[in-house]
Parts: sequence; structure tokens; C-alpha cells
Amino acid sequence: MLNNVEFDLQCNNIIRQFDDFTAVDDVSFAIKKGSFFSILGPSGCGKTTLLRMLAGFDDPTSGEIIIKGKSMTGVAPNKRPVNMVFQHLALFPNMNVAENIAYGLHRQGINKVEIKHKVEQVLARVNLTGSGKKQIAQLSGGQKQRIAIARCLVLNPDVLLLDEPLGALDLKLREHMKVELKKLQQEFETTFIYITHDQSEALVMSDQVAVMNHGKFHQVGDPQELYYQPDDAFVAGFVGDSNKWSAKVIDVLPETLKVKTTTGLILYSNLIVDKPLIIGSEVEIFIRPEAVHISQTTSTTLQDNQLNVKVNNILFDGANSQLLVEERNSNEEIKVKLPQTAQFMHLKKGDWLQISFPADQVKTFPKLKQTS
Amino acid sequence: MNMTAKANSRTPIKLGLFLLLCPILLWLFLLVILPQLTMLNISMQERVAPRVYEYSFSNFIEFFKEPLYWNTFLRTAIMSIIATILTLIIAFPISYYIAKMLRGRAKGLLFVLCLIPFWVSELVRTYGWMILLRESGVLSSFLQYIGLVDGPIEFLYTDATIMLGLVYSSMLFMVVPLTSTLDSLDDSYIEAGYDLGGNGFSVFWQIVVPHAKPAIVSGCIVVFMLTLGNYLTPILLGGKSSLWFTEQIFTQFITRFNWQQGSAFGVLLLSISSLIVWLGLKLSRQSFSKVMS
Repeated sequence: MLNNVEFDLQCNNIIRQFDDFTAVDDVSFAIKKGSFFSILGPSGCGKTTLLRMLAGFDDPTSGEIIIKGKSMTGVAPNKRPVNMVFQHLALFPNMNVAENIAYGLHRQGINKVEIKHKVEQVLARVNLTGSGKKQIAQLSGGQKQRIAIARCLVLNPDVLLLDEPLGALDLKLREHMKVELKKLQQEFETTFIYITHDQSEALVMSDQVAVMNHGKFHQVGDPQELYYQPDDAFVAGFVGDSNKWSAKVIDVLPETLKVKTTTGLILYSNLIVDKPLIIGSEVEIFIRPEAVHISQTTSTTLQDNQLNVKVNNILFDGANSQLLVEERNSNEEIKVKLPQTAQFMHLKKGDWLQISFPADQVKTFPKLKQTS
Repeated sequence: MNMTAKANSRTPIKLGLFLLLCPILLWLFLLVILPQLTMLNISMQERVAPRVYEYSFSNFIEFFKEPLYWNTFLRTAIMSIIATILTLIIAFPISYYIAKMLRGRAKGLLFVLCLIPFWVSELVRTYGWMILLRESGVLSSFLQYIGLVDGPIEFLYTDATIMLGLVYSSMLFMVVPLTSTLDSLDDSYIEAGYDLGGNGFSVFWQIVVPHAKPAIVSGCIVVFMLTLGNYLTPILLGGKSSLWFTEQIFTQFITRFNWQQGSAFGVLLLSISSLIVWLGLKLSRQSFSKVMS
């Protein structure tokens, strides 16, 4: 087995079985030193179970967790070089800020003077200088967040685990904390493992993201890879916004596939090299709203897919505005991005448009077996 | 609601509140305050001639002059404190097990199992202990049967037996508040304690105990007061040697028909229980209102 010290954390074939339910199903990965790694998945996908095994609160049924080249099998949570920021932070309410941060240092048997120094230092690094005497209840949501992280980072762990800590915050603060977390991670150069069901959190902060569902990793890659080159239908559907249809392959051409959705919309998609499809295969197709080009005039340059559509609805949301349009022949509804330019300012319901997109923007995947 | 409607509704609400509070106010006044004041009044009277009474502290002076009285008094207080501490030590692991270790059905079942003995009256439960512990009782016969002892052994009428009975009859009042408070302690606090490098000892003293402190104090207050004022258990399990202060009060009121002396003892018992509870709250730095809410 590969015991590379360049990796802060390695998981080899982790399986966690509960009676007749497999929460984590043969997961293997390695995380480079100092990187921000996210595990993204819907609730119940097994990501919390995986994180708890890394922290040591749960043991894998089989498989091995290696941190900094040392096997963690049989190592208790208080002996592991990892610390965890809990979903609801779990700051001790009976202690003030400084006591919360000092808790772990006391356990390491460090002398009082040094503890005081370290606490002040870490408070300064999270921009909360002078808050040591405050009670936990006096802090705002964002401050609690930073104290919870400081409480772990002061112990200098090899890996910091974060269990959806931004879930309880309101939208504005969450946006702010995303950036802050990323900065903290870069400043401390600690390996972060962040689990979340919020794809935007994962994409914004991470160096690497693992997309997880039903206990398995579907794809591990950097955010761009996941967004632009999803490996399968689950990743394509879960990461980012997409038009998603079930379809059948009706023709295999030298360069492209011809597919037909259940409502009869015919589209051309690129061939998938590693997964050859035959005529009649059940597939799922995905098109990102921003990949669709819209125009009010009928263009003459030939695109792979050109459709005439009627505007059904205008969903105005500033820069994220979208149009819901209906294709003329199949009545299939398509979401497209509405550029906020003067050209489309006077667009209204019922207008006719032409939309076009190249075949390589149509992602086609074999239909996944329904396993839920 | 506009201003006039608000103004109009104010008087009926006040009347309603008053009517709602009436039963509790009456109960407090008639059954708690009035008898205590009467008792205080009686305790300070001295009979100088038949049907002639004078105010004096002679009843209290009598208490301090007679060693049996204040020895019994101190013994009762100390035994009650020991019983309270023992109850806490035994109840804490039980509560922790029910609240934190068990899940689902087993949890409810064990909690109910703790409650079930209390469906039977204290008298019957105490007689149950007597059947087990008396000279011709179950335990004594069993020890003779397996050949561990030659003759019958009397387990009743010792301080240990009284303690056993007191702890047993108070257990519920400690287990219930502790279990519900420990239940409200989120597991993540305990996990965070371990995660940050704590061991079982530090997690227990720095996380679990501070969280459970109000319940510990309120459980202790209730158990202490019930034990101090207990009459049945010490008399039945301790017999003549029980020397329990409530027994002295009973003797004064019923046997000797000395209501003045009995009242003085009653006032003293109330004073010491208030004093010890106050000390307990001071030592644990808890406020009475916080503990009882």
C-alpha cells in the first residue's frame, strides 16, 4: 500500500455497514498537504458518516484511514492529529472564548503562560483580538464560527474537518464566511476537509471536490472539472444548474449522437469516447442554461442544435436572470440564461426566439440505475 | 387591536389573572404560610399554669439543654446529607446511561423501570425491604441456605439499613431531573471534548458536570428535604435506634402532647433545612430560581 507522506490523509477502500445498509461504500482517496478538500453530496449520502470515521467517532467496517503516513485504525478521537468543527459548532457554553480555545491546549499539558500567549495569537489571526473574556452567548454567528475554527487550529492539527458549519448562517453571512474560510485555510496552510450539500460552498472554496451519492464517490476533481467535464449523470445534475431530460439514442453518426427526449425534442450531442452507446440506449442529457445562445433574428450560420422557441416566462434575478422557453415542435421547456444587455431588455412573454448550442455542450450519459 | 380595545380589555385580563392565581395563593397561604406562622407562634409559648401561656424561648432553650435532642438533630442532618450524596453518586451513572448510552425503546423502558417502584406507596415499599432484611427474612434465609452463615442474621435496625432505605426512596427524584438534563446535552459537546484531546475525566468534569449542574443541585435539594423530613423509612427500618428528628417531633405532638416543644422542633427543622439548602446553593454558585426552573 502506498504510504506517501506528501498526502496528509489517505483513505483506502473504506466501507461502513450498518446492519443491512451501506453508508459508505468502498471509498478511496488521498488529500494533498495543505489543500482544501470538499465532499459534496445530498443529505443521507454518507458524507457525515465518512467524516465521523476520519475524526474517530465511528470505525470503518473495513478499509484503512492513514493520516500523515500513520494508520488510524484503533486510534481514539482524542489521540488523532485531526480536529473537527461541528455542524452546530459545539462551543462549550460554560466557558468563555479564551477558555474554549485553551481547552485543547490544557489537555496537551502546556504551561499557562504559553497557553495565554497562544490563545491571544490565534484570536489575532481570526481577527477577534480582545474577545477572550466574552461569553459564547455574546458572540454573533460569524464570530462563533471563527472561534470554533480557532479552537481547533490552535492545536495545529494535520487535518481540520468541517461538518457543514455554515449551514446555520443567513445567506449574506454565509457568502462572507465562504471567502473568510478560504483565506483562513490559506493562511494556516492546514488541510481542510469540508463536507456540504451546498455546491456553491464546495465550488468556491475547494481545491478538490469529491461528489458523493449513496455512499460512493462519483467524481473527484477540481471545481472546473466537475462543472465542465462531469463524469456521469449524477455529477452533471448535482453540480451547477442544468436542463435535464431523459432521452433515447436514435442514431449514432461519425461525429455526433442523435438523441430524442421523451417529448420528442431531437438534439445532437458529442460522442462519448469511453462509453460507447448504441441506438436505443436510454440516456440522460444535460445542457447548462449559460451554454445556450439566444438571438432574436434567424441566424444563417449553422450550429449543431438550432431551435425555435417561444418565451414562456422571464425569471429576473439580476445577473442570474433566466428565460423559460418552449420549443415549437415538442413543447419541451428549456431554461436559458438571459444576458442583461440592451438587446433583450424589451423581451416579453410570447416572443419568438432562436436558440442554438454546439453539440459538445450537450452532455449525454447512460441512464443511472435508480438506487434509492 | 386598536388602543381603545386594548384599554377596555385591561381590566378583565387583570381580574382573570387574579382568579387564575387564586387557588395557588390560597394554597400557599392556608397550607404553607399560615400553619408555619401558627407553629412559630406556638413554639414561643410556655405553659406557666393550666391554660395559661406566656411568650418565652424556653422551648428552644430546652432543645439545647437536652443532648438527646440536639444529637438527634445533628445526626438527622448529617445522615440526610450523606444520603443525598450517595443518591447523587448512584443516580448519576444511571441517568447518564439512560440519557446518553441508550436509544429508542430501551431508553424509555429503562426510564419507566426506574419509575415503576414509585407506583407503590412508600409504606408498602418499606415493608418490602423489611421482608427482605429481617431476621427471618429472604436474605437471611438465603445466606443460611447456601451455608455462608450458621444462624439467622438481623439486617434491620442499623444505620446502614436506614441509609439504604433513604437512598432507595429518593432515587427517583434524582434520576428524573438528571436524565432530562443530560438528555438535553447535545452529543456534539461530548464529542468535541474528546476531539480536542480530552479524556473521559476532563470531558466529565468540564463539559458534562457543568451542563448538569442545575439538575444536580435541584435533585440534591429535593432529595435532601425529603430525607430530612422522612418519617416512615427511618422508623420502620431503623426501629428504636433510628433517632430521627421527625420522630422526636411526633413524640412531642402525639405521645407527650407537648405542642409547644413539638412546634419548636418543627421550626428548628425548617431552619436547618433552609440553612443547608442555602449553603448548598452558595457552594455550587447556583441561584434558586435557575435551579428550580
